[in-house]
Amino acid sequence: MISVLGSGVAGLCAATSLHEAGFDVQVIAPPDAPVAASSYAGGMLAPFCEGESAPQVIVQRGQLAVHWWSQRVRGVETRGTLVLAAARDQSELTRFSRATQAHDSVIPGDLEPDLQGRFARGLFFRAEAHMDPRDAMAQLRSQLIANGVPFHNDGATGQIVDCRGLAARDQLHDLRPVRGEMLEVIAPDVTLTRTIRLLHPRFPCYIVPRAKGRYMIGATMVESGDARGITARAIMELLSAAYTVHPGFAEAEVIATGAGLRPAFPDNIPALRHDGDRIHLNGLYRHGFLMAPSLADDLVQLLQKGPAYAH
Amino acid sequence: MFYGTDLTSRLMLGTAQYPSPKILRDAIDASGTQVITVSLRREGAGGGDFRQFVNASGCRILPNTAGCHTARDAITTAHMAREMFDTKWIKLEVIGHADTLQPDPFALLEAARILCADGFQVFPYTTEDLILGEKLLEAGCEVLMPWGAPIGSGQGLNNIDGLRRMRAHFPDIPLVIDAGIGAPSQAAQAMELGFDAVLLNTAVARATDPVEMARAFGLAVAAGKLAAGAGLMPRRDMAQASTPIFGTPIFETAEVI
Repeated sequence: MISVLGSGVAGLCAATSLHEAGFDVQVIAPPDAPVAASSYAGGMLAPFCEGESAPQVIVQRGQLAVHWWSQRVRGVETRGTLVLAAARDQSELTRFSRATQAHDSVIPGDLEPDLQGRFARGLFFRAEAHMDPRDAMAQLRSQLIANGVPFHNDGATGQIVDCRGLAARDQLHDLRPVRGEMLEVIAPDVTLTRTIRLLHPRFPCYIVPRAKGRYMIGATMVESGDARGITARAIMELLSAAYTVHPGFAEAEVIATGAGLRPAFPDNIPALRHDGDRIHLNGLYRHGFLMAPSLADDLVQLLQKGPAYAH
Repeated sequence: MFYGTDLTSRLMLGTAQYPSPKILRDAIDASGTQVITVSLRREGAGGGDFRQFVNASGCRILPNTAGCHTARDAITTAHMAREMFDTKWIKLEVIGHADTLQPDPFALLEAARILCADGFQVFPYTTEDLILGEKLLEAGCEVLMPWGAPIGSGQGLNNIDGLRRMRAHFPDIPLVIDAGIGAPSQAAQAMELGFDAVLLNTAVARATDPVEMARAFGLAVAAGKLAAGAGLMPRRDMAQASTPIFGTPIFETAEVI
């Protein structure tokens, strides 16, 4: 028996891959566990864009994610990412294009008619995708249950795979919180079909389209473990960035805001770690949906070789 | 000497915007810096993990009031910083405009007076204005930090003549070029002009390879300092042959010695 602790994106991907590989799995998720950071995620599968600041291993391994998710959940939109900058921030676009790969220079209005005439130049990452993260996690969860993988409040036995995110700090002492804030709006005046990233030296933001005219706008990155709700400053910054992309966001209805704490290791690279006979899958930082599938694969290979304490 | 502290490395590094804390640490090591600045306006009390991490670098911490727009804001942040980092040093930054990020000279002076009187050792982020510089010294500052160019712009030294005048006007005051530096050559130039140190962040943090860029800046600042000490040759309008011109018996050109 393998007990996966935690039912955020890390736990769900781990349980799914382990179950598919034929392991006997249960998921342990107490009802009073903190809300998973992944439920505030953007749901972008954007390995190439992340390469702007992330190391090559994220770009390489993150490329598995689009396929992994498309095979398992509905609603993965492979429409690419469009990267923009305001006219006076063109140097940001140049910097971004140098730091990344697999993009084409485009006229944004050609791809998204709503942006016609607003931006002279953009970068298009055609191999990237997006999805609704909460919906994708709900699908994985119900598939696991349908396939006989039980979810329990407690009773972890056998091999422990710890996917509790920041809650695992009691064992992972170099895990730190990186605060992120986001909001969700319904914008009837806006029609965008793919993820938009707006570059800005201080207030970068992304806009991810979701079903029924909803858009997720995110996300701040603050070196802080402050767990309170979104700040007024974050709302102002994110919404003014969204407004720069499309003035129609001014009339949008704000339907949700959120703030979560991303678990991160000092190098910001998600990893599997051994701690006695316990395996941690943690430190997903801002790469949860991108990197959890690849780490779940590693986990399966590791456990196929034998119990963790043999390593 | 910066408030009685002597520094071998004259590069001061900001700690924001790095791809990861690990890369920040490697960049600090590669640059050889002994002073790093840390902001806490936005991170607040919840930023303990990151503070612990920078504390462990072994560098002297120069907390800053980045993001403060009023004197009162900056003063509160300075007090928070003194408690959190157990240091009297404070890089005083009072932003006058959210977009251009230029210092607000009036609020800066007001905050500097109050903080100096309260025992802080203030490093004010200022312009190259000489009168403002004098007033800051009167307020109790013993270091001045004129900007090179707007924060994060990478334009280098925008007003070289103004900066030269400042150096000449305050010959014995430690002057640190703070902000606007984009390339190691610009940092070297600041040191060649006789400035005592250079403080920068974006040019390293957002380089494709921050660690190598940090090393480059460390070397450039050291080179500029050596050059300033070694006596730079003055500029000339005419070419000057460094060896006698053979077989040219005409000495009518005034420039030939």
